[in-house]
Amino acid sequence: MTLPQAFFAYIGGMIVVLSLLVVTRKNPVHSVMWMLLLFVHIAALYLFLNAEFLAAIQIIVYAGAILVLFLFVIMLLNLRKEETEKRFQRQWPFGAGIGVVLAVFFVLIVGKIDVIPPLGQYSIDAIRSEGHIMTVGKVLYTEFLLPFEIASLILLVAIIGAVVLAKKRVE
Amino acid sequence: MVPLSWYIVLSAIVFSIGVFGFLARRNLIIVFMSVELMLNSVNISLVAFSHYLQSMRGQILVFFIITVAAAEAAIGLAILIAFYRNNPTIKVDEINLLKG
Repeated sequence: MTLPQAFFAYIGGMIVVLSLLVVTRKNPVHSVMWMLLLFVHIAALYLFLNAEFLAAIQIIVYAGAILVLFLFVIMLLNLRKEETEKRFQRQWPFGAGIGVVLAVFFVLIVGKIDVIPPLGQYSIDAIRSEGHIMTVGKVLYTEFLLPFEIASLILLVAIIGAVVLAKKRVE
Repeated sequence: MVPLSWYIVLSAIVFSIGVFGFLARRNLIIVFMSVELMLNSVNISLVAFSHYLQSMRGQILVFFIITVAAAEAAIGLAILIAFYRNNPTIKVDEINLLKG
C-alpha cells in the first residue's frame, strides 16, 4: 500500500466511523461534536483531491455556520428529559435494513467505476499555474453566473423564511 | 494513486449511514443532521469526479449544494422551533398531528 492509499484508508475509515457515531449518539450535543470532527476529515479529503478552496469553505460554512446553528437550536430547546428516552424509533431495524441494502447496492453498481476519457482542461498543472480560487472563480462567474445569482436568491428566501417562521406571533 | 472507485464507495457508505439515521432516529435534530450527512457524501463523490475527470463542474456543483444545505438547515430548524413552541416535543414519532 502506497502512502496516498494509506492516507485515504485513514481518512475514509475515520469518516465512516465518525458518521456512525453521529447517527447513534444519544446526546445531540455529542453528535454535533462528532460531526465537527467528521467535517474536518472531509475537508482533509478535499485537500487530498486538490480542492483547497472547497476545504476552506467546508470548514467555514459547515463547521462554522451550520453546526453552530444546530448547537444554538439544541441550546434553545430544553432537551434534558429527552436524553433519557429511547433513541431509535420502533421501526429502526427496517431503517437499518434499508441502509445496508442501499450500501450493498451502491457498492455493487459503482464499485468498479473508472475514469472514461476525454478529460477536461483543468488538470492539476493547469489549476496550480493560476491557483485554485482563481480557477473556480473564473468558471463560477462566467459559465455558472445565472445559477450563482439564483443561489443568492435561495439564501435570501432562507433568511426571510427562518425569521418569519421562528418569530413569536404578536397578537 | 488512489483509484476513483474508492471515493465513490466511501461516498456510498456514508450516504447509506445517513439514510439509516434519517429513517431510524427519533430526535428531529439528528434527523436533520443525517440529511447533512447525505449531502456531504454526495459532495465527496462530486469532488472526486471533478478531480479525476479534470473538470471544474463538480466543484461548482458542490458550492450550490452547500448553499442549499445551509438554507435547508436554517428553514428546517426554524420550523422545528415554531413547532416546539406549540408542542414541546421533537420526537419524530410523537409529531403526528396530521394523523387526525
